[in-house]
Amino acid sequence: MPLRRAELGATQHVMAERSQESVNYILSGKGLGSPLPAGRGGDKTPQMVNLANPTAFLAVTRRALPWLAAAATALFVVGLWGAFAAPPDYQQGEAVKIMYVHVPAAWMSSFIYVVMAAASLGTLVWRHPLADAAQKAAAPLGAGFTFICLVTGSLWGKPMWGAYWVWDARLTSVLILFIMYLGLVALWRSIEDQGVAARAAAILTLVGVVILPIIKFSVDWWHTLHQPASVFRMGGPTIGPQLLWPLLTMALAFTLLFVVLHLMAIRNEILRRRIARLTMLAAAGGDALSRRLAAGGSGA
Amino acid sequence: MSEIPHIGFIVAAYLVTAATIAVMIGAILVDYRRLGRALSRLEATRSGDDAK
Repeated sequence: MPLRRAELGATQHVMAERSQESVNYILSGKGLGSPLPAGRGGDKTPQMVNLANPTAFLAVTRRALPWLAAAATALFVVGLWGAFAAPPDYQQGEAVKIMYVHVPAAWMSSFIYVVMAAASLGTLVWRHPLADAAQKAAAPLGAGFTFICLVTGSLWGKPMWGAYWVWDARLTSVLILFIMYLGLVALWRSIEDQGVAARAAAILTLVGVVILPIIKFSVDWWHTLHQPASVFRMGGPTIGPQLLWPLLTMALAFTLLFVVLHLMAIRNEILRRRIARLTMLAAAGGDALSRRLAAGGSGA
Repeated sequence: MSEIPHIGFIVAAYLVTAATIAVMIGAILVDYRRLGRALSRLEATRSGDDAK
């Protein structure tokens, strides 16, 4: 994958070494003219081509983002109104209102990891061109939502348990998830060659999937202060409908918010790679090359 | 308002959530604008080279 290595790991030194190889690749029409470089599954999976084409992705994103953002905002308004209009819990009183941000953030912290695991499979198995961008873009968002989960849980724990933090199985496993997110962000930043970073992050993400069942079942496997599942459980939710619908609305709002932020972050990643590619071309010093590329299409 | 039990914890939880979401949105938007400027500069340079 000569273009990919030079495109993603572009430094002046590396560019000097690889420029001729990369220029040949680009001039062959595989790098910028075609939506999916040959040898990466493009010929075998034509239905994936449109989804894999970063230019098409940018166009779809441009149209979809305003609608998704508006829907997320509307859901937040409805969810927050429902949360503050909901009656207090018979045991926890008004402190139960923390549930409407804590629980959706907790769900998102695991859901985003599932998204990253799927993207990792896309990188390692199907070699989808946007999979590593999706994985990279999701990691900081996962860290953000897990941070919200940990802090709001701590603020809920103090009035209910009498402590901000206990080394409880659920709390500790979510803290490990948070550290894993930070580790993945650090991994992406510490490896210059983004192709190598993508594979390393994908493998680490897939290995780390083991944390998800531990988080989910920690409240069943160990004696913990944290309450067991009360929404997604056999026998149905144990929460009353007046408290449940705002919770589910907020969960949907958090999910849409993540979708919006993820699409925006993937778009940034595509632009970052386009800049790296243009920088590489400028370093290759080919005015004629630039003209040929401009005539042949922009690619990503 | 201050008579509501644990109001400080509730307000703090919502403030932390709002601040974290604002930071995530802000970071992505700042990055997008920075990348857009860099891309415009590069394309302008390329256009200048072509014009020579």
